[in-house]
Formats: sequence, C-alpha cells, structure tokens
Amino acid sequence: MRTERPFTTCAAAAASAVLLAATGCSGGGDRDPDTVRVVYQHYGTFIAMDTLMQKVKEEFEADNPGTTVELNAIEAPPEDFQTQVNLMNGSPSEAPDLIYQDTFTINQDADAGYLMPLDDHFASWDEAEHVNDQEAEAVTSLDGDRYGVMLGTDVRGLWYNTELLEEAGVETPWEPGSWDEVLEAVRTVDAELGDEVIPMNVYSGTPAGEMAALQGFQMLLSGTGDTLFDEDSEQWIVDSTGFTESLEFVHTLFDEDLTLDAQDALDANIGTLNNEERFPSGELAISLEGSWATQSWIEEANQPWPEWEETMEFVPMPTQDGQDPGITSMSGGWALSMGAHATDPDLAWEVMTHALSQEHAVKFAVEGGQIPVRDDVAEDPDFLEAAPMAEEMAELVEVTGFRPAYSEYPQVSLAIQEAMEAVMLGEATPQEAAEVYAEEVEGIVGPDQVTGS
Amino acid sequence: MAVRAHTPAPRRAPSRSGGAGARTFWERTARWAVPMGPALFLLLAFFAGPILWTVWASLTDVALTGAQAADTRFVGTANFEALLADPRFRTAVVLTVVFLAGCVLGQTVLGLALALLMQHRHGWVRGLVGAVVVGAWVVPEVVAGFVWYAFLEREGTLNAVLGWFGGAEQNWLFTAPLLAVVLANIWKGTAFSMMTYSAGLSEVPEDLKEAARVDGASGFQVLRHVVLPLLRRTLATTLLLITLQTVQVFTLIFVMTSGGPGARSTTLPLLMYQEALQMGDLGYGTAIALALLVVAGLFSTVYVWLLRKEEAR
Repeated sequence: MRTERPFTTCAAAAASAVLLAATGCSGGGDRDPDTVRVVYQHYGTFIAMDTLMQKVKEEFEADNPGTTVELNAIEAPPEDFQTQVNLMNGSPSEAPDLIYQDTFTINQDADAGYLMPLDDHFASWDEAEHVNDQEAEAVTSLDGDRYGVMLGTDVRGLWYNTELLEEAGVETPWEPGSWDEVLEAVRTVDAELGDEVIPMNVYSGTPAGEMAALQGFQMLLSGTGDTLFDEDSEQWIVDSTGFTESLEFVHTLFDEDLTLDAQDALDANIGTLNNEERFPSGELAISLEGSWATQSWIEEANQPWPEWEETMEFVPMPTQDGQDPGITSMSGGWALSMGAHATDPDLAWEVMTHALSQEHAVKFAVEGGQIPVRDDVAEDPDFLEAAPMAEEMAELVEVTGFRPAYSEYPQVSLAIQEAMEAVMLGEATPQEAAEVYAEEVEGIVGPDQVTGS
Repeated sequence: MAVRAHTPAPRRAPSRSGGAGARTFWERTARWAVPMGPALFLLLAFFAGPILWTVWASLTDVALTGAQAADTRFVGTANFEALLADPRFRTAVVLTVVFLAGCVLGQTVLGLALALLMQHRHGWVRGLVGAVVVGAWVVPEVVAGFVWYAFLEREGTLNAVLGWFGGAEQNWLFTAPLLAVVLANIWKGTAFSMMTYSAGLSEVPEDLKEAARVDGASGFQVLRHVVLPLLRRTLATTLLLITLQTVQVFTLIFVMTSGGPGARSTTLPLLMYQEALQMGDLGYGTAIALALLVVAGLFSTVYVWLLRKEEAR
C-alpha cells in the first residue's frame, strides 16, 4: 500500500502538468507587439511574393531595430492555403497580422470578422493617390469598407507558341476573331502536328480549382454576353444559354482530342507542368492562361526559359462570335490585408506600405507577371522594359471583367468546376451539367437568390 | 491472483468501522479516482470532448470563414436533411461500402491464407514472409500511397511490365480508381490480419485436428469444421478492427487519387475533408463524419449478429 502513495502523487503532478500545458496553449494571447506575422503563399511557379517578403523583412528590420517581421510562407495550392489561413484566423493567438490573399476571399473573411477595415490607414497614406479605382473595387466589401490593398492585378488571354503555329501553317501573328476561329486554328494544329503536340489547353475540372473556374470557364462565359450574377437584381443566373455554350466549347476540345487527355487535365499540377515543361519543350501550342505565365520563364524562375520572348506571344481571347467589344478578359489579383487581431495595427500597416512601395511594386509586377495597379508603376521605364507584353495587356484592362466575389462565390466556383469535370469526362452533356449546376447553386444561395437569364 | 486478493478488502472496511461509512466511501472513491484522474481527464478532454463537439457542430452552420464563422447558428437537423438529398453523399456512401467490403474481404482471405500457409513452416520462411508482409504495414500511409501511385500511374512499373507482354499503356488510377485504392489498402492491411490469425491459429489444439484427420477428414474439412469454428472469436475481433481501420482510410486515397477522377473514389472521409476543409462548411462536414460512424456501426453490428447466429447453431 505504501508504494501507491508516490504513484498517486506522481499522477496528480502529471495531471496538473497536463492542465498547465493546456492552459499554456490557450493563453498564448500575449504576443510580442513588436513582431509582425505575415502569411503568404509560396507554391509552384509563384515565388515572387516570397522574394518580395524576404526583402521587406531584411529592410524593415534594419530600419526599425527591435521589430521582427515573422514570415510564414505556406507551400500549398490556393485552396489549401486558404484553409490554413482560415484555421489560423480562427484562433486570435495564431492569427496573422498581414495576409496575402486572393481578392475573391476578402468578402468571406470580412464577414467572418477575420479582417480589419483599412479605410483610415489608407486615407492617410501619402501614396494612395497612385492607386487606380479598379483596385478599390476589388478590395472593398459589400458594406463599403476597404479590407486590403492590391499589389497588382492580372488579365487573361491566349498564350501561343509562334513556332508551332507557323509549323502547322497558321498565319502569325495569330489574331482569332471568334471561338470558331480559335477552334479552326486548334484543329489545324491537331491535323498538322499530330500526337506530339497538344493543340490547346483550357483549365477544367476540380483539381485545377479556381484556375478552371476563372481562366477556363469565365473566360468563355464572359465572351457570350451572359454572366454568373445579375448585379441589378442581385441574383445568381443559373440557366443562361451562354453557360451551356461555354461548357459546349470545353466539350468540343475534349471530345475531338484537341486538348490534354482528361487524366492529364485533371492533374492538380497542370498549371506548373504546362508553363514549366509543356510550353518550353514545344508540346503545347495554345493555352488560355493568365498574364502572369511569364513568371515561369524569366530569369528568376525555377526553370528559366530565356528564349520565351522570341517564341511566345499573347493575344486577347475573342468573344464568342466576335460581338462587341470583340475581345474579353477576366481579372483577379491578390491583395495584402490585415488580420482583425493584429497586435499593433500601426506597425503592421508600416510593414504593409513598405511592401507596397513603388520600388517593390515594380519588382513584383515584373517577377510576378502582374498588371500594375499604381500609375507610377505602369509608367516606370524598368517595368516597361521588362514586361514586353505590357501594351497588349493594357488593352485588356479596358474590357476586363471581375468575378462576382460575394461570400458564396467560392462554393459556386466549385459547382462550375464540377460541371466542367462532368462534361470533360463525358459523364454529362453540357445541357445536363448546366441543369445540375442550377440545382447546386440553388442549394448554395437559396431558391430566392437565383434567376433564369 | 494477488490483485484479486486485494479487491474485497475495502468492501469489508465499512462494516468493520461502523459509523465512519461516509469517510471511507470518499476514501474508497479517492483510491481509484485519484490514480484514474489523469487518464479520465485525458479521455474526457481529448476523446469525449471532440466527439461531443462534432455532434454539436453537426447541428449548426459553423464554418471556417464567411458570416457563419462570426455568427454561428443552431440549424437543427438541416445538415442531415441536406445530406440525405445530396447525390454526392449517396455516391460516397456506395463507394465507401464497396471500398470497405472489398478491403475487408481481401484482407481477411489473404491474411488467413498467409497465416495458414505459414503454419508449421521453417522459422526462416516465417521470418522472411513475415518481414515482407509486415514491412508493408509498417510503411507510413503517405509513403504507401506514393509507392502505389508510382506503380499504377501511366509511366509506372505496372505498365512497364505489361508493356513487355504487349499490354496497352493506361493510367490505372484513372481507369480503375476504386480498384486501385482497394488493392493498395489490402496490400497495406493484410499484415494485420495475418498476425492476428497466426496468433489465433496457434491456439487451435493440435490433437483436435489430429483426431479429425484420423476420422478421415480432408485438409479442407479440417479447416472448415475444426479450425474455423475455433477461430470464430479471433475472426470477429479482427473483422471489427479492420472495418474500423478501413472505414476511416483517408491518406492513402488522398495521395493516390484525391477522390477522383470526378468523384469515382470519393469515399466518406474524402467527402468530409472536401466539405469541411476545402469548402469551409464545418457543420456539414461533421454531419458526414457522423454518417461515417453509422456506416461503421452497421458493419460492426452485422458481424456481431452473424457470429451470434453461428454460435446459436
């Protein structure tokens, strides 16, 4: 019996140790106010943000002794990145001070109370005048508060390999005026160059995620004149002809073998593989892709491709039948935002504006293949010299559209990706997939939030 | 024996000391409660807590982000109603059941066969086979998933081997995703069945088998009428354990197919992950988790019932 005593004491001690540890975990609220925690994505071909933040950390810490910029580079695809950031945001002691996030998630996160309104800080920022109005639209929530500042935006269009198109006998510079003209060139490449060359890539299906919904589907839909969301009635449009016809385009590509095999198209790494391997090796002729594709080819890239400037060309995506304005584009872009639990908002804002400075924005625009949102970046000689496609892309800024980035958008986006996947795998006709989509969206937003076209 | 001798002692204590009943009651309680305390605390905090939270969350619209994250509301059974109407859920249940049935059947047959074959073999044969089979079991799930991915993908080993015999190249993970993950899981799980059956078989008395053989029973008859009935308990426990292990397989499928193509290998754990973490709908995700519990529970009940019936005969 006597031997039990020490055991009991030990057990009690162990229990209190566990209790202490448990309280230690939850009581981590007393974070160092001089530390600014930054979280951003560092994944695949996207390394420009990491380069920028490393530089910001070094400079800011040197200029402000005693402060620390804590970098959290998350190596994960966009969806998983968001999940991780959301999980961090869920716990005030873990929440980041600064977040680099896709602008379409800003409404959601603002609704969740994860973000801090930046109106006052932005109004007192002496460089705010350089930022254009389009930027404000993308980072302002429905209730009118600004929740972030963009570093750059983007446009989308057709990248093509001039050598391959010439070899197939397609006249270059290639300037398709309608979907039919795009398909005509694609079929020519397919007939002339055979199995060695993939004629065209349009991102599709759930593994590609938001790329499929935006670079793929909405680049098509925006050319039909139909939209996903009716801004006037504030309802989601679920049975437009444009929706079915966009799926029809995807169906044509897969049905006639004009694109990657479905299994390759459903590889989550398709973006990296296309831009780092298939384009440089001459396996891929045309891709409906973001303006930032250059980040895979420039000197700072993982696998630089110095010849890209002679080989690759960018041309706007035409509208369906060439209807006015003839070309179309979609824009997204990421922004720096501030966590609602930032320990020292003023200090965090200082780090943020340091990252947003003209010098950094130029560097980021070049390395990240971005369309500047600051006029003093767009006119900067360094930028103009390093971004040879700047002119073509500036043309698209006039016609470009934005996602209906409301709180439900990410779920609607998944429904689009699923519709595309069903069509590409031949599991459903475009019409059937559109009907399933209509049901899905009704389930997501509620029956009174949807409308016919 | 020594333990058993101790237990009655406290029971006698109250009658001996009369009026001090209350004090001894607390003393008695403290005697088991204090040493049990830490374990009880850990169980409550890390086991019962999350389960209760899951049940609660499934009745709310709690989410990772969006307005529901800031203002979570009680929604009653809405998640479960949505679940029953969701075609993706129905597909996932069917896939889960097929996956479960395939894995459990494959693991049991293979595990039992290996255990029977290894009986009465040389020590080194048993050692060698054991090492190979257990090796698969020891390998972390992520590694196992990747090994199978490398084996089955289009430029993988299987196609290379089939190529020598003139077979057409195909991506098995794309053409037969569910079969691929079932095979991989059987490969990984067989060791567990084999080890428990080996242990069970060693308990079967040699003289019973001997007697059956003397009565003219063939090898198969001995197995059917002597060995298997005696192995019933082991069989029941093992089936139950591997069912519970298999129903929650996530990593292996996630690494090999991510639930695709389409939703052709999206079992309930994968669907739960997609809904709860990728879509951020924690309420709906936890409802799926509870559905998973029901599937596992049903399978377990079936085993218990089947073996009861056997016993009654």
